[in-house]
Amino acid sequence: MAEINFKLIKNPLSKENPITVQVLGICSALAVTAKLEPAVVMSISVTVVIIMANLIISLLRKTIPSRIRIIVQLVIVSLLVILVDQVLKAFVYDVSKQLSVFVGLIITNCIVMGRLEAFAMSNKPFDSMLDGLGNGLGYAIILIVVGFVRELFGSGTLWDYPVIPQAFYDMGYQNNSLMIMPPMALILVGLIIWIQRSRNKELCEK
Amino acid sequence: MFSNRYIYIYATVLVVFSALILTLAAVGLKPYQDKNIRVEKMQQLLGAVGLESDANNAEELFNTYFKEQHAVNSKGEIVGTLIDGKQTIGTINPFTIDTKKQMALVKANDPSASLPVFVYEKDGKKTYVVPVIGNGLWGGIWGNIAFADDLNTIVGVNFDHKGETPGLGAEIATPFFEDQFKGKTIFDGADFKSVEVKKAADKSSPHQVDAISGGTITSNGVSDMLNNSLKFYIPYFNSLKK
Repeated sequence: MAEINFKLIKNPLSKENPITVQVLGICSALAVTAKLEPAVVMSISVTVVIIMANLIISLLRKTIPSRIRIIVQLVIVSLLVILVDQVLKAFVYDVSKQLSVFVGLIITNCIVMGRLEAFAMSNKPFDSMLDGLGNGLGYAIILIVVGFVRELFGSGTLWDYPVIPQAFYDMGYQNNSLMIMPPMALILVGLIIWIQRSRNKELCEK
Repeated sequence: MFSNRYIYIYATVLVVFSALILTLAAVGLKPYQDKNIRVEKMQQLLGAVGLESDANNAEELFNTYFKEQHAVNSKGEIVGTLIDGKQTIGTINPFTIDTKKQMALVKANDPSASLPVFVYEKDGKKTYVVPVIGNGLWGGIWGNIAFADDLNTIVGVNFDHKGETPGLGAEIATPFFEDQFKGKTIFDGADFKSVEVKKAADKSSPHQVDAISGGTITSNGVSDMLNNSLKFYIPYFNSLKK
């Protein structure tokens, strides 16, 4: 039984976070975080795709001719993403409509290809899966935080349930439509990066 | 180092294998996906007549109340009728008509174009629901309009959109916007007037509703969509009025 290398899961959550530190996969982070539910479904989808892709590529790594390795990786990733897309369409149709093209665009999500090239091509299957899980969760945590804030202040709901009492609205409180617009996701991600770097000086560039 | 031969075989096997898995998944999941699309359409039609439904009861409600469905052409003739799920006239199934495709034919003045009319019947009173389709700012917008049996008064509408701006154009799909249409009329005597979505609309006018501030292009899109799509049904409506 392989020993579980917890660093592989822990590091992507903090000092090697794919979004806030490596700044990968930003595009989808901006697009699907207006509400919590699509953000969570997107996170799960990306995590599943990274874990599976890492596993498959790691299993195949000794057989993959290096001259066509990027193509092989792309084929595997596309295969997994299309499967995820089909499953979402069949079982969570509403959410799949909200995510629209962004599920398909997981194929081009740099986190997935990045982990395959950087990790799965040269590590054992089990470690690769952990690495995929860690990076998926690192991506998920940012999406969920951003989705939480945007839905709460942008629509006054969480997971589509109203959480801001009507009394607030009666007193003149209004939902902030700016929260629903993509730029606000960028600003929120920026704030998270700011907070993270102010607490962890290693991350600051000289 | 791998030989060229190995690389070719490797790539071929990989691709064929992937294709096989995808085919299986696509075939296996198709019935579920089709059901979702069908249920969504039913929910939209039910929404236009003011019936709330969820994915579980939509099909049942739809089958209870929408027994009669017609496909009509631009002359107002019925070219296909579905009653209680059985095709009684013609071969065109009104429910499966691709509205987008047919609307393009309508624009090209193709006489073969036909669009559906869904008849909602409750307590002996009929409500006619027709689909409308048009363009917003970023992509397509569409909806269903329900008319009372005078074929003039709107009793309910619902709109949806592909990707209008949240908080602005996307507001067309909210009850706050849709409810304005209730009670509006599309004819003035015998003249077709449609319903216009405009800024600072005269609320007492039966042909005007308030536009969405900040969503001007989407609002204009709704106006054009209503005008263009409902125009097609005038001959059919007139034939029913006789």
